[in-house]
Amino acid sequence: MDIEWYLVLSALLFTIGFTGVLIRRNPVVILLCLELMLSAGALAMLAFSRMLGDQDGQVMVLIVLVVAACEVVVGLGIVVAMFRRRLPLDVDDMKELKG
Amino acid sequence: MTEVAFFVGAIGAIGGAIAVVAMRNPFYSVLALVVHLVFLAGIFLLLRAQFIAAAQIVVYAGAVMVIYVFVAAYVGGIEEPMFDSSPMLRIVGPILAVALFVEISIAVLGSSLTALGTDGSDKIQGGFGTPEAIGKLMLEDFLIAFEAASLLLLVAAVAAIILAGRKKAQKEAA
Repeated sequence: MDIEWYLVLSALLFTIGFTGVLIRRNPVVILLCLELMLSAGALAMLAFSRMLGDQDGQVMVLIVLVVAACEVVVGLGIVVAMFRRRLPLDVDDMKELKG
Repeated sequence: MTEVAFFVGAIGAIGGAIAVVAMRNPFYSVLALVVHLVFLAGIFLLLRAQFIAAAQIVVYAGAVMVIYVFVAAYVGGIEEPMFDSSPMLRIVGPILAVALFVEISIAVLGSSLTALGTDGSDKIQGGFGTPEAIGKLMLEDFLIAFEAASLLLLVAAVAAIILAGRKKAQKEAA
């Protein structure tokens, strides 16, 4: 199995996640789409790691897993805080931070 | 054999990803992401990343998705209409996405990376991707990154408690 297949698959998964971030408005779903993009990046790093025979890429993927977990925790914390304050769970309605 | 496994995994992963974006109820989106991650872990196995695949299943599809399920259940399934306001973004978004896919594909496949067109199997030694090899690498060469990651997790845990803390505690603090 040539390495290009993995890279194209990674690009496709990244694109799907990107589309989701653009067209969905629920913050939970946007976080899920960010996960899709992160896992696409992980797939690309593992493919490069395999083709170079170097395991550094795999360690980077582990670090990405940790960063993704942190991002989820903070993001979902914000979602819960929005819900508690009776704010609409819709990123288009969150305009308070607009400059 | 490898080809069959790859295409099964790829179809599952792409299907799961599309379902994440297309499902109207966030609860189903979370479950679709679990499907996606399981198929993706299968593809990681093909890339000789056994430890990462196991970590993906245990940490991601197990622990992280449980947080998602709890939050999706807590805030309730808000059925989001697929085609409503801001129709501009709904048309421009997919067009931008297709353009991005084409661009990434051209950039990757048109690059002069010598390893493109090989499967890298001639460069792989015996213990590639095993927990032993990864652990050794992580605790010897990447120790600073490892410690920074643990610190980051601590900060994130504290931040989550502060963000999602109860209102009563916030009044006392104020």
